[in-house]
Amino acid sequence: MPTRNVDLETHLHCQIEQVSPIPLIANFSCKAGEVLAVVGPSGGGKTTLLRMIAGLSVPEKGRIQCGEQQWFDDELRIKLSPQQRHIGYVPQHFGLFPHLTALENVISGLDHIPKSERKARALDWLERVNLHGLPARLPAQLSGGQRQRVALARALAREPSVLLLDEPFSAVDRETRERLYIELARLKSQLSIPVIMVTHDMNEALLLADKMILISQGNMLQQGEPFEVLSHPRNETVARQMGLRNIFNAEVSGRDAEANITWLKMGEQIIASDSAPELAIGQQVRWVIPNQGIRFNAISSGRLCRSINKLDIVIESMLVMGESVRVKARMADVDEVFNMDIPSHLAEKLSLKTGLATTIALKSEQVHILES
Amino acid sequence: MDWQSLWLSAKLSSVTVLILIPMAIFVGRFLAYKQFRGKSWVEALIMVPLVLPPTVIGYYLLVGLGSQSLIGQWVEQFTGAQLVFNFSGLVIASILVNIPFAVQPIQRAFETIPHDIPDAAACCGMSWWRIFIKIELPMIWPGILTAVVLCFSHVLGEFGVVLMLGGNIAGETKTISIAIYDSVQAFDFEAAGTMSLVLLVFAVSVLAITTSLSRRLGGQHANPQR
Repeated sequence: MPTRNVDLETHLHCQIEQVSPIPLIANFSCKAGEVLAVVGPSGGGKTTLLRMIAGLSVPEKGRIQCGEQQWFDDELRIKLSPQQRHIGYVPQHFGLFPHLTALENVISGLDHIPKSERKARALDWLERVNLHGLPARLPAQLSGGQRQRVALARALAREPSVLLLDEPFSAVDRETRERLYIELARLKSQLSIPVIMVTHDMNEALLLADKMILISQGNMLQQGEPFEVLSHPRNETVARQMGLRNIFNAEVSGRDAEANITWLKMGEQIIASDSAPELAIGQQVRWVIPNQGIRFNAISSGRLCRSINKLDIVIESMLVMGESVRVKARMADVDEVFNMDIPSHLAEKLSLKTGLATTIALKSEQVHILES
Repeated sequence: MDWQSLWLSAKLSSVTVLILIPMAIFVGRFLAYKQFRGKSWVEALIMVPLVLPPTVIGYYLLVGLGSQSLIGQWVEQFTGAQLVFNFSGLVIASILVNIPFAVQPIQRAFETIPHDIPDAAACCGMSWWRIFIKIELPMIWPGILTAVVLCFSHVLGEFGVVLMLGGNIAGETKTISIAIYDSVQAFDFEAAGTMSLVLLVFAVSVLAITTSLSRRLGGQHANPQR
């Protein structure tokens, strides 16, 4: 277990270790005003982690500290109940009390203020989450998005020290989800507490989170800023969890530590990577590139983007998926396939079609060598 | 029409329901929420009165509570009264026989409450007791209502166990079912018919009211998660 030395400036610290019933090891912190996304596949331990922070589950070992208040410490035998932790919790299915109206649901979270002020405060919170004119409705009479807003209002009305969101957008339709993203992003700027959001959707983490931790099978695989994790996954497991599909074999053909460049050989093709980990010449490695590191644009007009990595490819298939096209292309001299999502208008502009032999460019700063 | 027997039956049903339902709420909640070793055995034991013939239950209760038994001797020593052929003995028998009718619907009702809801309530700062009173009880009302109706009606119509344990003492153990049987034995079909009709009308009315109330409560409190 890590040392007991904790930095009190950051707001929530969590160090957890457990073997059963679900194995889970996690160690992270989340500052006030920061949104931390806990990302990973189903059954990986995300919700268990959130429940432990809430005090609804008890970890075997570890410490959870919020500000200067110790919530859990197995060595000191400290175990605060959910009621004592003063948290805002929005469960996956919102956990609204079905026999209480929207207003009463929000009031039920307001036991920390005098009774006479509760109604006005609850109405104010319903307004703040953009739920106008529906305080007398029962949850069954509200839409998914409206229910989510009531749950959020109830959680925030407590003026919690931490806000916990468990898959907050999974139970609503896509259109509502898009609207709720905007609202959460707006609320985020107003909140000065740590917000921990569990999600299995990488896009949500990229859109809303300042920081993310990736959890799989109870292990914390990587933590960092979402775009940083996406462009620099630690290993192949992380890369695959992040949904990266372009992972290839290569041989290290040269290194320039001063210029911070590693040269990779793939068939006859040489690819430059703006990273120089300690690797021996001739060593076999795996490397990855995210979708945004692959460029098609303006190749046809002879203005290939400024990059030294140019690869000849042949388009094998194109699948239109809404506003984007999923392109599968095979490298000319190596038996490797690139998968790329590009906007439909760009595919049209570049006259991309199945069987077309063309060139792509790889941004060297996005070519990332994975730890073996 | 034997009004005394009807009154006795109503009294027995009410006392049974008043004692049994609160117990069933806690037992049902415990069984719905807790996982423990031997849980299926406990659940099976609760269901036993449903499958055993009433005369068999009556026999065991007669032996178990009679003046020769430890319990019977103990009660007689402290209260001076016998449990068998006595109203209090009938109450004990009715409670035991009706445990499955009370526990089952309430346990099922608790099981329909998604975990999210008590979790969210705890995170709202509500104490265990407040969650139970303000959140869980209103949500399991249809289950409680069903348990009350089932137990009340079942006690009202109980025959075998009552006859075995209580006999046929007017004003003490002669319930309306025994009175109907007595009337038939005495070829007083008019009285038997009237009493049977009263029970029939009661049963149909109560079931209709319960169904309608359950539907209304169920609709009003429909869980949006389902």
